Amino acid sequence: MNKITLAKYIAIIVFFVFGTHNRLFAEQENHESEAKKKLDVGALIMDHVLDAHEWHILSYNDFHLSVPLPVIVYSQTSGLNIFMSSKFHHEHKYVPYKGFALATEGVLKGKIYEVNEDGTPKTTTIVKNGEKVEEAVLPLDFSITKNVVALFVSLIIILWVFISIANKYKGVQKAPTGLQNAIEPLILFIRDDIAKPAIGAKKYEKYMPYLLTVFMFIFFNNLLGLIPIFPGGANLTGNISITFVLAIFTFIITTRNANKNYWVHIFNAPGVPWWLKYPIPLMPLVEVIGVFTKPFVLMVRLFANITAGHIIVLGFFSLIFIFGEMSVGVGYGISIVSIAFTIFMSVLELLVAFIQAYVFTLLSALYFGMATEEHH
Amino acid sequence: MQLVTPGIGLIFWMTLSFLIVLFLLKKFAWKPILESLKERENSIEEALNSAEKAKQEMLNIKSENDKILAQAKIERDGILKEAKEVRDKIINEAKKSALVEAEKLKQDAITDIKSEKENAINQIRAEMAILSVEIAEKIIRKELSSENKKEEIIQAYVQDVKLN
Repeated sequence: MNKITLAKYIAIIVFFVFGTHNRLFAEQENHESEAKKKLDVGALIMDHVLDAHEWHILSYNDFHLSVPLPVIVYSQTSGLNIFMSSKFHHEHKYVPYKGFALATEGVLKGKIYEVNEDGTPKTTTIVKNGEKVEEAVLPLDFSITKNVVALFVSLIIILWVFISIANKYKGVQKAPTGLQNAIEPLILFIRDDIAKPAIGAKKYEKYMPYLLTVFMFIFFNNLLGLIPIFPGGANLTGNISITFVLAIFTFIITTRNANKNYWVHIFNAPGVPWWLKYPIPLMPLVEVIGVFTKPFVLMVRLFANITAGHIIVLGFFSLIFIFGEMSVGVGYGISIVSIAFTIFMSVLELLVAFIQAYVFTLLSALYFGMATEEHH
Repeated sequence: MQLVTPGIGLIFWMTLSFLIVLFLLKKFAWKPILESLKERENSIEEALNSAEKAKQEMLNIKSENDKILAQAKIERDGILKEAKEVRDKIINEAKKSALVEAEKLKQDAITDIKSEKENAINQIRAEMAILSVEIAEKIIRKELSSENKKEEIIQAYVQDVKLN
């Protein structure tokens, strides 16, 4: 009963996300018909690792299956515009729509830029390093991109999993069953092996919801990223915007809860020779930089680890096609090696998925612990 | 470059949805889960504590029992020892009194024997006197039966008297 209603909710949300347009799935596109287009592995990998305005599922010869996603852009000239990304496709070509166009190559590839009436890119002149440079005008892009959809999907899964598990804990206490058995050790692990030792048995409870949410968010998304087909496969935790937001949350919580002792340690660290603090405040400077490098490192570590995993796996698969271009037989031969390596990498990535979630949570907890540590 | 440049759109959606999810999970998932986990742990700890307490109590009772038992043993040993002493004393006393009695009996017997012996001797003496008189009588009679002998004896006695 419960499961059926949840499935309904998911269906409704999926329709809400995609359903604003009548061309839902299965859209036949035909880009520039370049069947013999040279294989560009770098671009291929980047396309998979980066965000996109449509969710590409598969291509077979001239048939392209991809889900168009809503574009929400705010331009200083034309204001807020909402439309589906499929508007950029017209008769197998990328076309501008409502004064916006989708970049298909160059540094802006995949991004939406503003165009003039005649279809030429709008540019502004800015001064960079003393030189005047023409730069494309980019609107503020709040589109529901591939990563945003993946984000919503993962959050819905997380909400569903944990709220349904939480309901099992209500009422009379019974022995854990099913999924609860898988999740409970994780929760206990975060509580007993991360939060309690890092923050302290007295204060850890306040941070538990954040630590648990962050851990589960990273862990679930890392795993979803390993699933190659829709709705998995988005490189969400390997996207710097996501890790940036997570790191910012950790930074804000650390700074907001920091006690006097924390700031004293930064600006006037005890036990440090005076000449390191005066007249040149060397140590305070290092410490202040440290306050910002900690979340920065959190951001980069998660992003780099997950992106690297995706790139390696894609690289192994590309090998098949690189060799396949030379000779079909060699391509098939290499595929055995590639798949073996990919399986190995995927297993490794399973480990990395957990380790990165663990590391992010542990370091966040350590920073909270440092910020709230009492004078000793 | 795009790879390492955070995009405003994703940041916006991420912040918004993450905060909502954080709030929802905090309220509907983490709170009940953590609370009931804590409750369960407390109840387990309580059960363990009470088991430990019961064990301690059992030990206490056992040690008390042992104590009582040891005391009883000591008491028993004491009683036994005392009884032995009493027994020994009684035996000794009995032995002593028996000895005294025996001595006394012996003495009595000795006295009795002595007096009986004397009596017997006296009786024998009297018997012997009578017997000897009878024998003498018989001898005399026999002696006096013949005239010659009579003469002889008279002669002998006369001679004796003369000498006197």
